[in-house]
Amino acid sequence: MYKPYETTINNQTQTLGEKFFNISFSYVLFIIMLAIIGIVVLYSAANGHWSPWSVNQLIRFGMGFVLMIVLALMDIRIFMRYAYLLYFITLLMLIMVEVGGHIGMGAQRWINLGIFKIQPSELMKISLVLALARYFHASSLQSIQSVRGIIIPILMALIPAGLIVMQPDLGTSLMLIFTTGAIFFAVGVQIWKFVLVGAGALSVMPVAWHFLHDYQKNRVLTFLDPERDPLGAGYHIIQSKIALGSGGIFGKGFMNGTQSHLNFLPEKHTDFIFTMLSEEFGMIGGIVIIVLNMLILIYSYSFAVRSSNYFGKLVAIGLATNYFLYVFINTAMVLGLIPVVGVPLPLISYGGTVMLSIMASFGIILCVHINRNVQIGKD
Amino acid sequence: MNRDNDKGKILINRSYTMIITKLVLLLIIVLRLYYLQVYQADKYKMMADENRISTRLLIPPRGVIYDRNGVMVASNRQNFQAMIVAEQTPDIQATLDEFKKIMPLSKEEEEKIKKDIKRNRSFVPIKIRDNLSWEEVSKIQLKAPDLQGIYIDEGLSRDYPFGESMAHILGYVSSVNEAEAKADEDSLLKLPEFKIGKAGIEKLFEKELRGKGGSLKLEVNAYGRVMKEIEKIDGIPGKSLSLTIDSRLQQKAYELFGEQSGAAVVLDVHTGEILAFVSAPSYDPNAMSKGLSSKEWKELVNNERKPLSNKAISGQYSPGSTFKTVVALAALESGIVRPETKFSCSGQMFLGNHAFHCWRRTGHGSLNVVEALMHSCDIYFYETAQRIGIERIANMARRFGLGKKLNIGLENEKAGLIPDKVWKKKHFRESWQQGETVIAGIGQGYVLTTPLQLATMVARIANGGFAVTPTFTRVTDKSHIKKINISSDYLDTVKQGMYDVVNVPGGTAYRSHFNINGMEMAGKTGSTQVRRITMKERQTRILRQDELPWKYRDHALFIAFAPYDNPKYGIAVLVEHGGGGSSVAAPIASAILQEAINLNILK
Repeated sequence: MYKPYETTINNQTQTLGEKFFNISFSYVLFIIMLAIIGIVVLYSAANGHWSPWSVNQLIRFGMGFVLMIVLALMDIRIFMRYAYLLYFITLLMLIMVEVGGHIGMGAQRWINLGIFKIQPSELMKISLVLALARYFHASSLQSIQSVRGIIIPILMALIPAGLIVMQPDLGTSLMLIFTTGAIFFAVGVQIWKFVLVGAGALSVMPVAWHFLHDYQKNRVLTFLDPERDPLGAGYHIIQSKIALGSGGIFGKGFMNGTQSHLNFLPEKHTDFIFTMLSEEFGMIGGIVIIVLNMLILIYSYSFAVRSSNYFGKLVAIGLATNYFLYVFINTAMVLGLIPVVGVPLPLISYGGTVMLSIMASFGIILCVHINRNVQIGKD
Repeated sequence: MNRDNDKGKILINRSYTMIITKLVLLLIIVLRLYYLQVYQADKYKMMADENRISTRLLIPPRGVIYDRNGVMVASNRQNFQAMIVAEQTPDIQATLDEFKKIMPLSKEEEEKIKKDIKRNRSFVPIKIRDNLSWEEVSKIQLKAPDLQGIYIDEGLSRDYPFGESMAHILGYVSSVNEAEAKADEDSLLKLPEFKIGKAGIEKLFEKELRGKGGSLKLEVNAYGRVMKEIEKIDGIPGKSLSLTIDSRLQQKAYELFGEQSGAAVVLDVHTGEILAFVSAPSYDPNAMSKGLSSKEWKELVNNERKPLSNKAISGQYSPGSTFKTVVALAALESGIVRPETKFSCSGQMFLGNHAFHCWRRTGHGSLNVVEALMHSCDIYFYETAQRIGIERIANMARRFGLGKKLNIGLENEKAGLIPDKVWKKKHFRESWQQGETVIAGIGQGYVLTTPLQLATMVARIANGGFAVTPTFTRVTDKSHIKKINISSDYLDTVKQGMYDVVNVPGGTAYRSHFNINGMEMAGKTGSTQVRRITMKERQTRILRQDELPWKYRDHALFIAFAPYDNPKYGIAVLVEHGGGGSSVAAPIASAILQEAINLNILK
């Protein structure tokens, strides 16, 4: 009988209990710390009320935490075995959303399952990493470094990315592309191919510009010159910078952010939560968030390096990259370094879907670590 | 297996590259935080404050204006306003309907309120009605449960307790217009509810009365809602003013005009302080400050008695026989005519083949200067003027304040006109005619004066020849008042003539004489034609004044001072188209002077 929570390593079986104590508690602690900071900031965002955001966020984090632990304790070979299946199911859901969206009204990103909604594009970030990891796990270096060998994984990424762009959700789609790029880089695709693709991308940019929605064009233009429309599209960036800058080194104090509490700062509980945090807790608060995230990334990469199976390494790198992209895009966007693309700050921004998908990612990364000694063949 | 090892090694190497890249990118975030939160912190702190702090100007209370006895003649009254806050009202229409049961609202008013509500954010109070009475306020408060979102706000509005009687002195305040806003830097003028002096003392002393605006710093949110008060800086209230006017005398003088149109000015003959200053009819400055409807405005503008015109300083009238006082002085000073010099009046006089008539067709016989003044004989002054010439007359008139502005500071003050040869040459490119001197001798023709100038003239005669100038501000130092270069003997002769006008039977104003504890008035009547009497009319019968339409009747004038023995009050009264100076103007002047004496204004 197959037991998903027991693995045999060098004829030694890890029991569920042993696995549990193999979880990296430091890693989990960083995650908890970030989540708590998020709940505290949401409390402030609601002007000192637990509802509506902090309570919900706490519940979602709890659910996510359970999900993380469950996934951490799984046998890593299950992820490998079902990687393609999960990928195809997710792709199917994406197509459903796309078709449904065209039949229904406007942009549609959700599948309503009654109890909760699934956002297939969010799930695809995990599914694609697993599928690519499985693909490259089985590939030889020779095949990886040939053009033929990477056509299938390119398609595996471009098809969902294309579907997501049409939703339209440029941010998520770009994240998929970047994550795929990181995996390609990790597995050893030659640097010149990246240069070539990069140059190609630059040359088609004017054409791509044509296909962008007006609001996306506006975001880019506003990023390039926020003063262009200080009361319209540029308003968010300007107000965000004012909030951040006025926070100074030590911040205005908990619940004392003027920009956020007087509603000058838009979306303070979702995309711009990092701004609110930095207004109230200053540069110190912002640095704490960045450092915790750096630690999470360093740990994730050390798990990848220490894993003895190629699939696990790639999964950890892929999911860590995906997490990094969230953090970097969100903070860079609210700091006015890149255009506003609507990416939340994971663990801190209010929102259920990202919380669950990120906690699932952490679970899988922990699983890679727990199963670091498992050897997986190329079957 | 070898290739697999390579594949693993590449992965490890590239992992290091990747993690380092990621950490570097996150370091850039930290640097950016440093740049914004440390390097540029001050700039953004300022911008955050600009966002959240809204500074409101506070209108300082306008200076109160008092009369000479400390009676308020312009004050600030609490103005109760009914306001509505849209977000506190469950159903705006229903609430307004309920309000209309207490006080009717016109369709336009209701539309305007609804428009204002739509245009503003829901927490902004919108004015429904202002200047509510106590009764209306209590009605609204009683009905409060049905009027959710409506509350009573208190503001200050200007109040003129004496209304019309002082409108031409005080003027009024009203909303700032574009030109005024351009000319004045004070940011108070940018407030829509701020009112500025538009006329009279309110305009003349605008800067002093206004004070300095205070400010209120408020914390507001992104939608402009006030969260809390940060700081309040009190402004400086406007300075209060004390005028020379005696409100009792002013009120009485205004009432004496009744339906008549005209002006009256009462001066302290020794200082020039203006005790009363009437222009009738007048307008309601309280209504003016609230704003008139276009219909009310049209009525004021089209009224043939010109309530908006300040006749005391803007009305230029022929002085008529009141001018004979000046002509007499010029004659006496010239030496050509001596007090005992007599001329004979037969009712008419010929110059070339042109006949000049005396007002009395049968003539006055032979009379000297005192008698000529008493009877206001025209022939005597034709003869006199003809002998002394226009230059001497003009010169004397100017010494007594005629022919140029007295600059009391109110708008539209006119200079009047004292003609002479140079003036005629300049204006008509013609030389002066003898007949014009003759006409000027009885204060007709080109000669024009304002009632204020006539009051000044009589004050200068009464006080023994001191060049007082009329003023609304109290005079504490009289040392700057210069003596006019004229012999007091001549002045006494003229005063004697003026005394006889009032107090000797047969004098033109004898009917208006009074004697209060030995205090008597001296004066001079004047009636000036506003139409030409035709030859035909002279041959048949000259129409009586009451037979003529109002606008063709003579202007009635009277100048006077009192008490005769110890002059204190000087007065000039003009009644437009009033008929005769003796029948219409003199009684008014007499009543005003009696009132002044009874009130004992100048002790």
